Amino acid sequence: MAALLEIAGLNVHFALADGDVHAVQDASLSIQEGECLGVVGESGSGKSQLFLAAFGLLAANGRAQGSVKYRGEEILGASPKRLNALRGGAVTMVFQDPLTSLTPHMKVGAQIAEALMLHRRVSRDDAHRQARLMLDYVRIPESARRLRQYPHELSGGMRQRVMIAMATITGPDLIIADEPTTALDVTVQAQILEILRALKTDKKTAIAMISHDMGVIAGLADRVLVMRQGRIVESGSADEIFYAPKDAYTRLLLDAIPKADEAPAQTGKVGPPLLTVEDLRVDFPVKEGWFGKTRTLRAVDGISFTLHRGETLGVVGESGCGKSSLARAVLQLIPKSGGRVVWLGRDLDAATQSDIRKLRADFQIVFQDPLASLDPRMPIGLSIAEPLKTLDPAMSRAKLREKVRTAMRRVGLDASWINRYPHELSGGQNQRVGLARAMIVEPKMLVCDEAVSALDVSIQAQIVDLIRGLQAETQLAMIFISHDLSVVRRLSHRVMVLYLGRVVELAASAKLYTAPRHPYTRALLSAILSPDPRAERAKKRELLTGDLPSPLDPRARLTFLKSRFDTPDYRPKLQEIAPDHWVAEHD
Amino acid sequence: MIATGQTLEAVEEVKGRSLWVDARRRLFRNRAAMAGIVILAAIALLAIFAPILSPFGFSEQNYDLIACAPSWWPAETSCIAPGHIFGTDSIGRDLFVRVLFGARVSLAVGLVATLVSLLIGVMYGAVAGYLGGRADALMMRLVDILYSLPFVFFVIILMVIFDRNFILLFVAIGAVEWLTMARIVRGQTLSIKQKEFIEAARAAGLGPLAIITRHIIPNVVGPVMVYVTLTVPGVILTESFLSFLGLGIQEPLTSWGVLISDGADQMETAPWMLLFPALFMAVTLFCFNFVGDGLRDALDPKDR
Repeated sequence: MAALLEIAGLNVHFALADGDVHAVQDASLSIQEGECLGVVGESGSGKSQLFLAAFGLLAANGRAQGSVKYRGEEILGASPKRLNALRGGAVTMVFQDPLTSLTPHMKVGAQIAEALMLHRRVSRDDAHRQARLMLDYVRIPESARRLRQYPHELSGGMRQRVMIAMATITGPDLIIADEPTTALDVTVQAQILEILRALKTDKKTAIAMISHDMGVIAGLADRVLVMRQGRIVESGSADEIFYAPKDAYTRLLLDAIPKADEAPAQTGKVGPPLLTVEDLRVDFPVKEGWFGKTRTLRAVDGISFTLHRGETLGVVGESGCGKSSLARAVLQLIPKSGGRVVWLGRDLDAATQSDIRKLRADFQIVFQDPLASLDPRMPIGLSIAEPLKTLDPAMSRAKLREKVRTAMRRVGLDASWINRYPHELSGGQNQRVGLARAMIVEPKMLVCDEAVSALDVSIQAQIVDLIRGLQAETQLAMIFISHDLSVVRRLSHRVMVLYLGRVVELAASAKLYTAPRHPYTRALLSAILSPDPRAERAKKRELLTGDLPSPLDPRARLTFLKSRFDTPDYRPKLQEIAPDHWVAEHD
Repeated sequence: MIATGQTLEAVEEVKGRSLWVDARRRLFRNRAAMAGIVILAAIALLAIFAPILSPFGFSEQNYDLIACAPSWWPAETSCIAPGHIFGTDSIGRDLFVRVLFGARVSLAVGLVATLVSLLIGVMYGAVAGYLGGRADALMMRLVDILYSLPFVFFVIILMVIFDRNFILLFVAIGAVEWLTMARIVRGQTLSIKQKEFIEAARAAGLGPLAIITRHIIPNVVGPVMVYVTLTVPGVILTESFLSFLGLGIQEPLTSWGVLISDGADQMETAPWMLLFPALFMAVTLFCFNFVGDGLRDALDPKDR
């Protein structure tokens, strides 16, 4: 039997101002009916371009050569009409960012129905009926209402489900999923993968799963391709790749995934805490319409914790749980609505703006997006020097230059790069610049807000090692915020799990990961993907159903304490179930 | 590439450069922009020195040579003015000297008014956008009010109060031009303010003024430069419009705008009276455009 898709000797070139870029080099692969092929590689490895080229979707400056056969029919260089009939019909795609791949001004139902009506002869009513069934299939609650909503009214996970519904409704043979879960929270990612798995088993749809995450591939793929710099370096069955990798690069990718047993030991708490946060609250006013009344969104709803020298507190939670607001309020970057932040015994409420600006040298922050957090028009040397210059405007140029050089060397940057601009560096290098900028003033506390989330796994591991090294060297206290539980585990002594602005569990890292008590923590942990296909296939997940409830809904914070639903103002209390292990009340 | 013999220490002694140093280097490499600068400088030098060196005064009339063509004029004309390389105008003055005299006024008005609008507009817009909230609302409503004042009426009132004055021309034009600039910059600032690097700057302990001058303004230069290149010709034309109404430059002083509007009346009988000032103005505006584009590209490190 002929393969569903057969690519042979595919080469992709891009003509750029600085010369040709050979993005895909001599790639060959085949996908059988009903099979899932995982394609792994880091950003820039050409994994997306390979499939875009195969279906004639390259950017205008790209050229593809080779052979692409769909059911024995050569489609590389086929007429646009033939390709259009194929794309969206028999072969569909799901992209990374569900917001940008949906048309913002069209209702969700109309978009799904349009996909169907373009490719199959069905009436409008019929198309809408099928669209609704499809939404049920991808487990979107209240599908009838959702059909009449616009993409921006849906959450990221919902939108991705809508994309999958669109990609499935025409009954395709092959779905190309390009990083379909990368932009999503872990629990939502687990739900989406569950749907894809169901598609594969119920509908016998072949899936090409493109991802940088070995864990995502592990549970789903039958066969795996590993790509690096445009070349396929290894291919084989999932078990071969994961259990007996032959290529050095595959091993590197597998090794870079944080292992479970790397948590640093608990430090002894010596002396008074560096930072004490008591009952911190941050509210945002949410205005409904022009003249609508203003409602209050509780982003942070009464969080307390302490932080000691040399200690790392991991903060985990899904998007919208208030972890970034918490960090910004602690750092006095946004105003808090209540509670106290005490820094070295000094209540920061009493400090004036200029006092706080001086104190900023003590607590620094590293941001999520390495490129966006650097001024695009400032050479990195100046960016790094800036906090120091602000702290001590009288410092001589020579001394400043020396300090910048030392800081750059410390984070593994070449000191001769001071005149480079952020866009000339890679993501990992830019994040090193961010770290150098934070560390140059020798802070006592560093907040990492998703500092490694935007990086490739191998780079992520390097930055995590760098951060650990810096901490060992300087006895830095850290708040490490991430949605990625395995990264948090590698760094944190204690971990705090947030749910809708409240702490649900706070415990030493080792305890939290091995004996989680709160159902939400358990769900989060069970959503972690491990690069172990057999374990992934066998795993029974404690899936949370549906989406994160809206933080505006007062009953949302009682999700895990349904027995108190009749008293919506009740807040689950933290209880110390073991020494230093705090868990919020739950049913 | 590292030259052989250079030690590692020497490599590390790379001197820090700022955006402005880099921008200057890039500007110098941009041929179109450099040509623009050279031509503008030549016109400016001519405007300063040529009237001094010329044997004719700018208001000196020769009644024998009324609207005469230059001697090299290719077409048939009724009279020829030897020695006047651009010919003479309708009351017998040397057009060459008058065009260059006009250049003094037009370039000065164009540059000074644009500079004033640049300084006030960029700072005002950036401050309003950065502060946001009530301060922004208040500052922008003030701009709205000034926008709604009829321009000519505003100039007439100025003239009545302060008497007719050359300086007033700058004030009047500058006072109107900065409004649009402020709006453009405010809009840009609002979007830049949301970016993470501004938060990073706040976390580094920078005050609002330092953030505006070091991080916001360098990042709005793109649209600002484009608008400036539109403003310079706009201002030169506004000046000629005011002069036409009798509110700007008065005889015997002149400007390109005045010369062009005079020349347009004589277009059929003495085309050189339109051609030369129009040519100078067109070349100048072209050059401003090239320089503006060059500056914008030079200030964008992503552009190579």
